[in-house]
Amino acid sequence: MRVTRESELVEVVREATGPLQIIGGGTRPVGQVAGTSVQVAISGISLYEPGALTLIAGAGTLLRVIEEAVAAEGQRLPFEPASWNALLGTTGESTIGGVVAANVSGPRRIQAGACRDSLIGVRFVDGTGAVVKNGGRVMKNVTGYDLVKLMTGSWGTLGVLSEVAFKLLPAAPAQATLVMNVPLAQAATVLSKALGSQFDVSGAGWLPGVGVIVRLEGLADSVAYRAAKLAEGLAAYAPEILRAEGAQLWRDLAEVKPLQSARGDLWRFSVKPSQGPEIAARLGGQAVLDWGGGLVWARVPEGADARALAAPYTGHATCLRGPFATFEPEPAPVAALSRGLRARFDPKGLFNPGKMG
Amino acid sequence: MEMPVPSATVLAQKARIVKALRKVLPRDAVIDDPAETRAYECDALSAYRCAPLAVVLPRTTAEVADALKLCHEMGVPVVPRGAGTSLAGGSMPSADAVVLGLARMNRVLEVDFDNRFIRVEAGRTNLSVTGAIEAQGWFYAPDPSSQLACAIAGNIGMNSGGAHCLKYGVTTNNLMGVTLVTMQGEVVEIGGPYCDAGGLDLLGVICGSEGQLGVVTEATLRILRQPEGARPVLIGYASNEVAGACVADIIRAGILPVAIEFMDRPCIEATEAFCHAGYPDCEALLIVECEGSEAEIAEQLGLISQIAARHNPVEFREAQSGDEAKRIWLGRKSAFGAMGQKGDYMCLDGTIPVSSLPDVLRRIGEISQEFGLEVGNVFHAGDGNMHPLIIYNANEPGQQELCERMGAEILKLCVEAGGCLTGEHGVGLEKRDLMEAQFAPEDLEAQMRVKDVFDPQWLLNAAKVFPLHVSAARRAG
Repeated sequence: MRVTRESELVEVVREATGPLQIIGGGTRPVGQVAGTSVQVAISGISLYEPGALTLIAGAGTLLRVIEEAVAAEGQRLPFEPASWNALLGTTGESTIGGVVAANVSGPRRIQAGACRDSLIGVRFVDGTGAVVKNGGRVMKNVTGYDLVKLMTGSWGTLGVLSEVAFKLLPAAPAQATLVMNVPLAQAATVLSKALGSQFDVSGAGWLPGVGVIVRLEGLADSVAYRAAKLAEGLAAYAPEILRAEGAQLWRDLAEVKPLQSARGDLWRFSVKPSQGPEIAARLGGQAVLDWGGGLVWARVPEGADARALAAPYTGHATCLRGPFATFEPEPAPVAALSRGLRARFDPKGLFNPGKMG
Repeated sequence: MEMPVPSATVLAQKARIVKALRKVLPRDAVIDDPAETRAYECDALSAYRCAPLAVVLPRTTAEVADALKLCHEMGVPVVPRGAGTSLAGGSMPSADAVVLGLARMNRVLEVDFDNRFIRVEAGRTNLSVTGAIEAQGWFYAPDPSSQLACAIAGNIGMNSGGAHCLKYGVTTNNLMGVTLVTMQGEVVEIGGPYCDAGGLDLLGVICGSEGQLGVVTEATLRILRQPEGARPVLIGYASNEVAGACVADIIRAGILPVAIEFMDRPCIEATEAFCHAGYPDCEALLIVECEGSEAEIAEQLGLISQIAARHNPVEFREAQSGDEAKRIWLGRKSAFGAMGQKGDYMCLDGTIPVSSLPDVLRRIGEISQEFGLEVGNVFHAGDGNMHPLIIYNANEPGQQELCERMGAEILKLCVEAGGCLTGEHGVGLEKRDLMEAQFAPEDLEAQMRVKDVFDPQWLLNAAKVFPLHVSAARRAG
C-alpha cells in the first residue's frame, strides 16, 4: 500500500498484525524481507530557507525534486547521494526518506560528511504507532539524544520516517579534477598524499582504466590555485587537470559505472582507507575505490565469500547481491545493543524484520 | 534545582563500597576523604554543588570496567566526569554517586596521517589533541572555547561545538569510533578508523548522550591538515536586523567562511571597556573569518566586502597583518571575561533559525527590560547558535532565581522561533526541566528507551537531561 500522510502511516502501523516491508522509491532493495509493502509517499518540501541553508521535506519526496529545488538557489545536499539503479538493475526514483534510511553518501562524503552528518531533524512513526520527532531545523542542536543519527542508516528497522530536515551547502561555482593513471597497487599512496594535502580535496577515488581521480571544488580562483599546487605535489604521477569535463568521472564513480554491467556478486566494503587497494586486489581486482580508498565496491565470482577473501580488514562489508548476510555480523555486545534498540522501538517486530540481521 | 533523594541504602553502605572499590582499583585511584572529594562537588555550573559518595580516577579501560561492574553490582549511581568544565551541570554529582573521573587517561594511543585519524584516551584535553599533531601541520577541528581545559570525553558526552564548526562540523561529525564501557562493566568497541556504521549508528546516539549510556574511555578522531592561513574581517552595523541580513546574504552567496561571529551593543561596549580592542561604536558587529592561501582569502573577502557594502556598514575593517587579526579576535575572545566584569553571569546557548535572529534579539531585549537584568549577546551567527549572557548578582538574595527564570524565558523563545534549548553545551541539570518545552512525551519516551537499553537500572548520570517526573518510574525501577 501507498501512504501519503503521516496520519495514514500511524493507522497502518497501529493496525498492522504482521511484518511490514517499508519502501521509499524501491531503488535500493538490499536485504529483502517479506511482509505487506508500505510505500512511503508523504511528499513535498514544507520549508526551504536558502539564507539559513535549511530544508524540510516529507520522507517520500523524490530526491530529484529536492535536488532541483536547491540547485535553483545555487545550493546542494552536501553528501552527494547517487542513484544505484544501473548498478542494482532497479528502476524508479529514490525518495529522500530512502536515502536517509540507507545513509546514502557519494564521493563528497570524505569532505562534507555522510547523509547522517547533514540530516538535522526527523519525524518518524515507531512500532507502537507513536509519532516521534527528534532534532529540528537548526544546524547546532544537542538537546536530548541524537536519534537523527540513529535513524539514518537504520533501513526502516526502528521506525518509519515521515519527515526529514537537512542542512545544505552552497554549490561550488567551480571544480577541477586531477587524473593520474596509476595502477591499483599505487593508489593508496597517491590517495593518501592528496588527502593529506592542505588543498581541501572533495573527492578521491580510483576507477579501472582511468586511475586515481582527485576533486577540488570552490570559488574559481581558489580551485585553479589549489589544482596547480596539488598537481605540483603529485608531479611524480603525471596528473592531468580536467575542469568541468571532469564532472562525468564523479558521476561514474558515484554510480559505480565500471561494475554496472559486470558479472558476479556485488559487495561494498567500508574500511580503513589505506587498506582499500589491497582489499580490492584480494577480491580479484574487479573493483572501484571511493572515499580515498575507504570505500571498495567489488564484483566477485558468484557465491564467493568476499568477507573471507578480503580479510583481514578494519571496517565492515555489505553484500548487496549474493547469498551472504547483507550486513556484517556484529560482535556480540554490539549486536545485543542493536537488538535491544529494535525491540524497544519496534516491540511487535513490524518493520523490515530480519533486514539488518 | 531539584535532585532525587539520595539512596539511603547506598549512603549507609559507603564504607563497604569504598572498600570494595579499593579492592579492584589501585590505592590512589579511590578518593573518599571529604576534603579531597570537594574538588569534584561541582563543574562549571558552579551555582550547584553536592559532595559525592566517592571519586574514582582509573588509569585504564580495564579499571573503568572494574569500577563500573562493581558499582552496578552494588546498585551505586555513577556520574562520569571529563574535566568538569560543563556549563550545564553535566558532571554534577549526587550524594549517593561515585564520580568516575577520566583525567588520568590522557595518552595518545595512535596517530595515522595516512588514514587521517588520531586515537586518544578520552581524558585528554581538546587542545592537546591538536597539540600532538600540530608540528606536522594537522589539527582536530572542534574547538569549544574551553578547549584548553575540557576533555574529549566531555566533548563526546555533550557533542561540543565551537566557533569554527560552520565549516568543520561539531564533535559528532569528527568522531569515528569509541571504546565504551557500559554500566555493567562491558567493554564495547563502536566504529573505528573507517566511514559509517556497519549496522545501526550507535556512535551517533552515544555522542551527545551526556554520559548516560556508558563511559567513553578511548576515541578515534578525524584529523585535518591546517589551512595555509586565515584572516578575519570586522563589519559594524547600525542595527541587528541589517547585520542579520548581511549574514544571510553571505551564506546565500555561496561563501562558506570558517566562522561568522556576532556581538550586540551591550557586549561590544563591555569588551571595549575591558580590553580596548578598538571596536566601532555600533549596534551590531560581525567577525567573519576566511581560510586558505593569501589569494583564496583575498577572493573570499573581496566577495564579503561587496555584500557587506550593500548593507551600508558603519565600519568594514580587514586585518592587514597578524597583529590586526589578533585585535579583531581579541574582543570576541574576551567577551565572556568582559561580561564577567559586570557581575556574575549565566551563559545560555539556545539555537535559532538564522532568519529569526533580528526578531529574537529584539525580544531578548524586551525580556531583559521586563526582568531588569542586563543581557549581552555574542554568538556563532552562521549557524544560529546564540550565547545570551545574563548579568546578575549571586550574592543578592533572589537574583539567582530571577536570572534562571529569565534564562528559561529566553530558551522558550528560542524553541518558539523554531530552534532548540541548547546548541552545544548540553542539557545536563541546567536545562533538564525545560525539556518539555521542546519535546512531546512521545519524543522523550523514545530517547529514554535508548537509555533503557544501555543502562537498564538507570544508574549512570540518571538525574540529568530528562525532567525528574518524566524519568521517575525508570529511576525507581
